[in-house]
Amino acid sequence: MKRDLLDRLLAAKAAKQPAVLATRLNTGEQSLLTGGAATGELAVSPSIQSSANDTLRADKGRTVEADGGDIFLQPFNPPLRMAIIGAVHIAQVLAPMSDLTGYDVTVIDPRHGFASPDRFPHISVVDDWPDEALDALAPDSRTAIVTLTHDPKLDDPALERALRSDAFYIGSLGSKKTHAARLERLSRAGFGDADFARIHGPVGLAIGARSPAEIAVSIMAQVTQALREAPALAATAAAA
Amino acid sequence: MATDPQQLDQSLGHDDVLAQARQWQDAGRGVAIATVVSTWGSSPRPVGSQLVVSDRQDMVGSVSGGCVEGAVVEAAQQVMQDGTPKLLDFGVTNSQAWEVGLACGGKIEVYVEKLETADEA
Repeated sequence: MKRDLLDRLLAAKAAKQPAVLATRLNTGEQSLLTGGAATGELAVSPSIQSSANDTLRADKGRTVEADGGDIFLQPFNPPLRMAIIGAVHIAQVLAPMSDLTGYDVTVIDPRHGFASPDRFPHISVVDDWPDEALDALAPDSRTAIVTLTHDPKLDDPALERALRSDAFYIGSLGSKKTHAARLERLSRAGFGDADFARIHGPVGLAIGARSPAEIAVSIMAQVTQALREAPALAATAAAA
Repeated sequence: MATDPQQLDQSLGHDDVLAQARQWQDAGRGVAIATVVSTWGSSPRPVGSQLVVSDRQDMVGSVSGGCVEGAVVEAAQQVMQDGTPKLLDFGVTNSQAWEVGLACGGKIEVYVEKLETADEA
């Protein structure tokens, strides 16, 4: 790889722009594809460009046949993101765990003393109200949103924003009773069954988690399942 | 031989092996990049997984569960020297032989390329 291409690739990653690296495996010729344009010594046909876009959507690299030799396409998507509402004890474990799992993490809590950098070293913390904070974050289809406060004043505005976004995962901490009351409030706000089906509540996989760390594990496992298993199931259904 | 993860630059993002490649080159080291380009059967790391290797045999990232990294680091030294990329095949381990392979029963193909310096471009 030429140094110039690596610099361009790292710049695209820093700017959170999707990029695809195309490599002709028998010669080593490469080009970097960003924003529909190719830079580098490898000539990129429209069909290669189209395959490159497919790899971004699937978030999975693959080799395509081409005149002159096979070309490997490697997508570099912007990072997955995790927004945690409620800088509570579970968040103190879930935030670093999400970071290690590869997410850009933001912890949101307007209450005094909660979202402090001391409690969340190396994690981005925001003390705005959840609706404002999520508006600023602009969640997309590579974002997970988890509410952990139990407090309707904080959780509900976050859930309303989450449901209006393409977030691939929405989870909300609370017992079955709390969750039923929550859905009742959301239904008064105009949301329906299709919206409720998107909310994982009570949050997390049922693994009998008790401690804050165990609950964080169950949430992280469920987020991973939503990320990896749901698209696979959708693809199977589409093929059938 | 392998770099202790604790010694990696903590300012780098998670799993940002390519940023590490640039840092090593800026520090004057030879660098090669290995990428899993195809897999068959059960393989430990998916297509696109990367291992970055220096000429001091430091490594960061992974292309398998540790089964073939040693062989990739070795091949990377040759790639750094002559600049010609290599496509390496690793198959199932034959327990009767001392060859490198994957205990999980899968097969992977790993592309190894040199990171050229700005002067070489």
